[in-house]
Amino acid sequence: MADGGSNGGGLSLLLSQDAPIPINAALDVAPGEILALVGPSGSGKTTTLRAIAGLHQVAEGSIACGGDIWFDSATGMNRPTRDRRVGFVFQSYALFPHLTALQNVMEALGDRPASLRRGEARAYLARVHLDGLEDRRPATLSGGQQQRVAVARALARRPEVLLLDEPFSAVDRMTRHRLQRELAELRRDLSMPIILVTHDLEEAARLADRIAVIHHGALLQTGDVTEVMTRPKTPAVARLVGIRNIFAGTIDKDRDEAGHVMVTWRDHRLETTVGSGFAAGEQVSWCIPSDSVVIHRRDRPSRGERENPVYGDVAEMVRLGETTELVIQVGPRDAHPLHASIPTHVARRNRIAEGETIGVSLRADAIQVMRREVTAES
Amino acid sequence: MDWPALWLSLQLGALTVVFLLPIAIVVGRWLAVTRIRGRSALEAATALPLVLPPTVLGFYLLVAFGQEGWAGELWRRLFGDSLVFTFEGLLLASLIVNIPFAVQPTQRAFEAIAPELREAAASCGMSWWRMFWRIELPLAWPGILTAMVLTFAHTLGEFGVVLMVGGNIPGETRTIAIAIYDRVQAFDDLGAARMSAVLLLISLVAIALSYGLTQRIGRRHG
Repeated sequence: MADGGSNGGGLSLLLSQDAPIPINAALDVAPGEILALVGPSGSGKTTTLRAIAGLHQVAEGSIACGGDIWFDSATGMNRPTRDRRVGFVFQSYALFPHLTALQNVMEALGDRPASLRRGEARAYLARVHLDGLEDRRPATLSGGQQQRVAVARALARRPEVLLLDEPFSAVDRMTRHRLQRELAELRRDLSMPIILVTHDLEEAARLADRIAVIHHGALLQTGDVTEVMTRPKTPAVARLVGIRNIFAGTIDKDRDEAGHVMVTWRDHRLETTVGSGFAAGEQVSWCIPSDSVVIHRRDRPSRGERENPVYGDVAEMVRLGETTELVIQVGPRDAHPLHASIPTHVARRNRIAEGETIGVSLRADAIQVMRREVTAES
Repeated sequence: MDWPALWLSLQLGALTVVFLLPIAIVVGRWLAVTRIRGRSALEAATALPLVLPPTVLGFYLLVAFGQEGWAGELWRRLFGDSLVFTFEGLLLASLIVNIPFAVQPTQRAFEAIAPELREAAASCGMSWWRMFWRIELPLAWPGILTAMVLTFAHTLGEFGVVLMVGGNIPGETRTIAIAIYDRVQAFDDLGAARMSAVLLLISLVAIALSYGLTQRIGRRHG
């Protein structure tokens, strides 16, 4: 069974529209690559996906896939959906309710000789571990099984791009993890570009090679998953990837020996590993993931405590299973507090409690310095 | 028992269904998906026969179908025959009267199909026709069936319009409903009762059949 479609060309798109929701996105996805399109509800993720599939037409831009042009507003070229080789897994799966699992998959094989469709559809279902359930109607399948039928149907189209619209959102957590693992296995044999739309960063981190953060229709940052999650380019991206420690600061006039910038924040002078791009005295935003805020041990002080030490009162402490979230008031009461997530056993061992003063280190290599955004908090 | 009248009614009902089925599917589906501006006005127009008193509708049809009427005139030119007091005229009137009964359930049925099913069909590479035959029509079928049963049952019972346009010509325009009225006028209560019972039975069977089938299809679709 060939995966077809993939002929070396990836997907490349340039989209722009003002209404109904603004979209301004440029993307390239390589064959075999999974790109996660991440953003809050209404950010334009699904609209982007639909534009690629030809289910939505944007005002301006172009979409090329597998070496073919699917859409080009300049020439008026706009291939209808049925002539674009897309595998679309809808959020609701959109299975044909009156057809069996097998028939659902066969509908995507309309361009194959009629005598081969049944056998090929069976093979696609077997690939998603649904052998034996071919004659079941969608209503009699579990959520996870329905999702697999949808994936099989999308693959049966032998797509040049696979589009997954929140494919794991409608199933329970256990099923979600199993399906994610299956997709990770499945993708090893897939050679077309894959776009995964999700609002779940953890899911993006698990499955994607690169992520693209989208907000109000604009692609804010695209890159390696860890890169985007730990080195957001703007405070907006930092917020979208779930970083809560975003503060305003000033670039110090001095640099360290290695030439890294130092940031003045409230009464502190913070070392960073950020090299260039900022001038002395420049107003900046900086951020640090809450799990890079390391608390000082009470019993045995360590050398690490010299790294950006900050002291404050524990204003709030919430235990969430294995991790404990701390809200630490540093400096004035009305100032934006520092968030730290630490392993629960560490919190317990250090007998951390609300109201106590503790010392923490802000890991220099985890501090990201960004251009100032007007709305950044001080 | 006026068997010819019953037979005429059954014929009229069946032919009305046969002619209205394709019209209802085309118009109903179109109304279900179109986004043109005058949509509500068009919908209202298809519902008009529902709210007009049958005699009023019958009167307008009589005027249009008559010797001086444009429809009657056209019909005469085409077929050399009259539209009023003939079976053909009766059938035409029946088609018009039943438009809401046929179109509305059909439209609702097409509206009930989730838009992403059409989108899924398109991304499966299905042509418009294939999507229509394989996806839309089977899914809309219960609604279409309901529309046809309603149309049939309503045709059997239609009285006002039939009397206005068709009159009461045995074997040509005398339907079972007219025949019952006739019997009552002639103080033949037993005859009227028999025919009423037959009409009741037929209507019951038709409705039961439609509900049963719709439910069975519904179960299948889950």
